[in-house]
This record gives sequence, structure tokens and C-alpha cells, in this order.
Amino acid sequence: MSKAPSTRKGTRPVAIVATAQSPSTRRVEQANEIEMLMPVISEVYANAKMTKDDIDFICSGSTDYLIGGPFSFVMALDAVGVWPPKRESHVEMDAAWALYEAWVQLQEEECEVALVYGFGKSSLGDLSRILALQLDPYVMAPLWPDQVSLAALQAQAMIDAGMATEEDFARVASRARHNALGNPNAQVKYDKSMEELMAEEYVSAPLRRHALPPLSDAASAVIMVAGERAYDIVERPAWITGIDHRMEAHALGARNLTASPSTERAAKEAGVDQVKVDLAEIHAPFAHQEILLRRAMDLDESVSVNPSGGPLAANPLMAGGLIRFIEAADRIIDGSATAAVAHATSGPVLQQNMVAVLEGAS
Amino acid sequence: MNERCAVIGIGQTVLKSKRDDVSMAGLVREAAKMALEDADLGWADIDAVVIGKAPDMFEGVMMPEHYLAGALGAVGKPMFRVHTAGSVGGSTALVAAHLVATGIHQRVLTVAFEKQSDSDAMWALSVPQPFSAPLLAGAGGYFAPIIRSYIRRSGAPNDVGMKVAVKDRLHALKNPYAHLHLPDIDLKMVEESVMLWDPLHYLESCPSSDGAAAMVLASDDVAKAQAKATGRKPAWIHGMAMRSEPTQFAGRNLINPQAGRDCAKDVFGQAGISNPRAELDCAEVYVPFSWYEPMWLENLGFCDEGDGWKLTDAGATSLDGGDIPWNCSGGVLSSNPIGASGMLRFLEAALQVRGMAGEHQVADARKALGHAYGGGSQFFAMWVVGTDRPE
Repeated sequence: MSKAPSTRKGTRPVAIVATAQSPSTRRVEQANEIEMLMPVISEVYANAKMTKDDIDFICSGSTDYLIGGPFSFVMALDAVGVWPPKRESHVEMDAAWALYEAWVQLQEEECEVALVYGFGKSSLGDLSRILALQLDPYVMAPLWPDQVSLAALQAQAMIDAGMATEEDFARVASRARHNALGNPNAQVKYDKSMEELMAEEYVSAPLRRHALPPLSDAASAVIMVAGERAYDIVERPAWITGIDHRMEAHALGARNLTASPSTERAAKEAGVDQVKVDLAEIHAPFAHQEILLRRAMDLDESVSVNPSGGPLAANPLMAGGLIRFIEAADRIIDGSATAAVAHATSGPVLQQNMVAVLEGAS
Repeated sequence: MNERCAVIGIGQTVLKSKRDDVSMAGLVREAAKMALEDADLGWADIDAVVIGKAPDMFEGVMMPEHYLAGALGAVGKPMFRVHTAGSVGGSTALVAAHLVATGIHQRVLTVAFEKQSDSDAMWALSVPQPFSAPLLAGAGGYFAPIIRSYIRRSGAPNDVGMKVAVKDRLHALKNPYAHLHLPDIDLKMVEESVMLWDPLHYLESCPSSDGAAAMVLASDDVAKAQAKATGRKPAWIHGMAMRSEPTQFAGRNLINPQAGRDCAKDVFGQAGISNPRAELDCAEVYVPFSWYEPMWLENLGFCDEGDGWKLTDAGATSLDGGDIPWNCSGGVLSSNPIGASGMLRFLEAALQVRGMAGEHQVADARKALGHAYGGGSQFFAMWVVGTDRPE
């Protein structure tokens, strides 16, 4: 029997053994968030050859601000089913952080199998207005700054600092949408020339349409197993050998928008520099952010970034960070990669970042 | 638990209807600063911050942890946001404690808050959802029929709820942080208060409060070192558990939910407790509506099913001569900053076993239960803390 690899900090080895996601869609019609989620839950159980009775701990990530009512996670949990009663928790964060909480729980001996899921229907409201409510309620939110304008400020700061050009943004977008052609769950995919992309009008200068993520509805789920029991489920579990997340200041004026110290720190703690990374799934909703984050994680040219197309091709709020883990884990599980980086972000203009290293044991 | 974990710092704000003297950030910082001072640690000593609160609509800020990061010294650190409905204050403390108990961090600051005066919680809870049964204008409307069912099943006299309301408000008079201080409280005053949701009178219901709670949780080595430095005892965690069950299904026992019973069994098992009434010195239990005291006495195994009201009726849960005082702080009935209410229960249990509960201290308290529940009495979080370090 294969052995679980040792982890960067001596934590208990935990692996992603099964994944599922719904195709990202501009607007899922005829299904609410829960109806969108449930097929994904069924699929992840089927992929793990498990039922809900095998699960020791459940954790989910979602936000009430998409549905516009309190306790959206409760209705989802009712459908997922916690009977007989289970250990369960919820984070009002991207489901990548639900994965983190499950990873913590799986450090305890009595907890061996965890289900993690996230869901978000961005189409239910005006995301630019909604995300403005995430800002300082006293001095920023009353101005209703929209997320595209905030991202554009960051992109312009990068240009001013000589870190990138508008052409660089277009190159990122072009590669992402091209990669997405091979991803059945991606929403925006195409082959377009640089000339075509550069001819697009600005949405908010210096960001043209192609540098923006789509608005997406989708759900995602994973099953994680602690220890060598993971090999009972899948031949090549995606072992989490390092994981960390960090917060930055909220006030944009208090941050250097051209750097991501939280990502740098999280990458260092996760041990990104200690493995030969084959691919990285980076949660960079805007094209320029991929350049910034790639630099923060010090990923060299040999690393394939967002082979799935990334958030520029599919960007469901609350489920999207977990999808980065899913895309990275899938490449480990299918044997096409040995080490992958999964990154997730939350908050305005990359305020909070998580980095994990996933490895297949050789 | 892989490692020992203890509460070494405790902070809470003064609780009242409107804390319009502070911003949301000022509110959480007030509690956090007090907890750090108690622990004799600085902001830089903290490894991670775990924050919890009930629905974001209560204040109108989406994922407020981003905005609160600076006020809580979380910049450059892992920061985590929990939301598990009314149990969230308890769940948040447990998430933080697991970070220490698993050996991932040494010193974790955990904070929970609600600033209800920024919005209107009752209506934030009553947003109609397509194809879903409405919550009927606030939590009281949801719980009243369950309480009526309890009274019918148990044959309890009608005044037991009112006795809880009086007892917890008398306790609150001994707690300077409590929201409601009603020196003239008696059964007549409760009975004459307006009927809100039959059988719940106005004074049998919790208030709407602004407030925050905070704790510093520490590893074995840190807890021992800080205790030596400060002379203040840690509260050692002897057990922690959470359980959830669905809101509705045919045959669900809403009065005595299985998840609560399972959670209690788990937490008492970890703490080596077989008879909670005899082996615990006190309990802080989430009782937002008076009748939930007898109901939870049964659910948590302090007595047999159907006997909870007898304990309350006999004064067993009173700080004044009872053998198992419940909610010596005044409980949720005296202060309800929703997101923080569960953490206040956990924190008050810790205060008791540290001998730091002031006027509402139970003499020689060595083991205490902290309890929180939420949703349609379906989410449960509990811990047992003790003066002694567990073996």
C-alpha cells in the first residue's frame, strides 16, 4: 500500500480524493442555489464511492448577500442532509476557507472524512452593487465603489510601476480563454488575436472587456480524507502538503496595490518554493491580478498557470476559490501533474489570500 | 484533541441597546483589547484571528471581517470568519480552539459581535424566501409553538417560564456587563408585560443588544507561562463538540432535538462526565426565551425527559441556593448581541472556573458548561472548561 507523504509542517496528511463542480453559467434558470448545488453533491459522493453516512465533518462556504436573505447556508444544509446529526460548520467566506476549516478538523484523529462545498448565484443581483457593501461601511461603502473600478485602480498602479502593460493583460486573458476551450465547465472561452482583444473598448481604463471575469453561477464540492485511507478511494490522492492563508489591511490607501504580501507569506508558509510546481490554479478574477499573484508566489515560466482557464473563464462567487483546489487536485488525481499550487482570494482587490501545495505521492 | 488548549484572556463590552459611542470596529476592538490585557499579550503575539457573527444583514455589511481586520490586529495573519446562525459565538470559539488543539497555532484571538442597532434583526430574519415557509416575524414566532408543545407534553405549570425570566434577571443584577438591569423584577412584572408570542411575555424574551465578546486561546506551554506571569488561572478545555440537524422533516423532535442530545453526550464523554448536574458546578446555556431553560435541562441530560421544569421550579438553577446554577451572568435573557451571545456563554463558563466572575461567581466552581444553539434549534456548540488541566 502506498504511503501518505510527509507534510511541510508535520501536520497530519490530508488529501482531496473526489471533486465535482457544476458548469459555470451566466444565469442558471429554473433552479435556485440549492437545486444548483444538489447534483454536485450527488456527483462528489459518486466520485468518492461514498454516501453521506461516511462523512465525519461537513463545512460549507456561501454568502447571504447573493440570495438577499439570511441563512442561505441553512437551506442548503437541509438539502445536503445532516441526519443523523453531524459535526458541521459554515463560513461566510469562499468555500476554499471551508476546505481550510475541514483540513483543521481532519487533523484530529476522530475525524477522517470531510465534505466541503460552496455555491454562488451571482446572477441574482447586481454584483458591483453587492460587493460595494463589503467595504468599510462608514467611509467607503457610501461611495458605492464598484469592483471593476477598484480593480482598474490596481491595474493602473501596476502600469505606473512598470510591472505590466495593457498588452500583458490581454496576453493573460487570451491564454486563459484559450485554455478554457478544453474545460467543459468554463463559461467564457475563445481563440482571439491580440489585435482583436486590444481593439476592445475600456470598461474601466486600463481594463478592457477581456481583462474582466464573467459573472457566473455555479457550485463546487470536494471530499477530503485524512491519512492512508485516501488510497482506498483513489489511486492518486491529491495530498495537501502545505496550506496557509493571510489577511491584509482593508483601506486601499493603506496598501501597496502592486504587491500581495499576504500571498507571498502564505506561499512561503505552504512551501511553494520547496517543490517543483507543475501547475498553478490562481484565483485572479482580473487579468492583471494573475501577473501580480504569479510574481508574489515566485512561479517561474515552467509553471502552467490556470490550465483550466481560471476565473477569467468561470467566476462563481463563493464557489470559485474551491474550484481552484478542484482543478489543481484533478490534475494530480488524473496523473498529469505531480505538484500543483491552488490559490484562493477573498475581499476587495485581493485583500485576503490562501495558498496550498497539492502533491501526488510518488 | 491532540494538544491541550486553555482560555487565558477574556474580554467583553458593556452590552446595551445602542452602542452609538463606537463604530463596529471600535466595538470589537474594545472586547479584544480587554482579552489581550487579561492574557498579558500584545497584538503582535497573536498567531491568528477567528471572528464570528450572525447574518451579515444584521448590520448591512457583507463579510465585515475584511473591514475589521485592522481593528483586530489581523493584518499579516490568518483571519477566519464563521457563521453558523445563533450558535455562531460558540462555533467560533470552537474553530479557534481547534486551531490550538491541533497544534497549528499557539495563541489565537477569537471575537464575536453583533451591532443590532445598526439594523433590525427581527426583520432581517423575516425576509420572505421563494417557496419557503416564512419565519413569522422573528425567532419568537418560530419557537412559541414548540414551547407550547413542551408545556403540553411535560405538564409543566404555566409560570415556570416566568420564574426563569425572573431568576436570570436577578442574576444579571450581579453582572455589570449585562444589558438588562431590572432591580424590581418579579413574577408580577413579567406576567403584566405584554404577551408577544403566547406563552411568551415580553419579559420572557431576550433583548436586542449591541456588544462583543473575545477570548485568547493558548497552547499548553503558553497557558502555563502566562498563568505564571499574570497569576490568573487558565480555563482548560475538557471537551468540545458541535452537531447539526435539518430544520424540518416529518417526525423531527423539535422539543428535544437529537443533535443537542448527541452534542451533549459527546462533550460530556470527552470531559469524563456521566452526571452533569452532579459533576458540573454551573452552566451557561443559550436560553433566549424563558422556557428553553427547562427544555435544555432535559436535552442536555441534567435530568430525565419531562423533569426539566421541576428543577427550575425548585430553584435548582438559581445562583441563590441552587445546586446547579444556570446562567449566573443573566444569560441571553439579559443580553443578546446575537452573534456574540454564544461566545458569551462559553466565556462566562471560563470566567467561572477561573474564579473571575465577580459578584456572580459560583463558589469554588471547577467545571462548567458553555452552550450555544441556533437556527430552528438545530445547530449546537458546546464546551466544558475546568480549573484543572486535563490529564
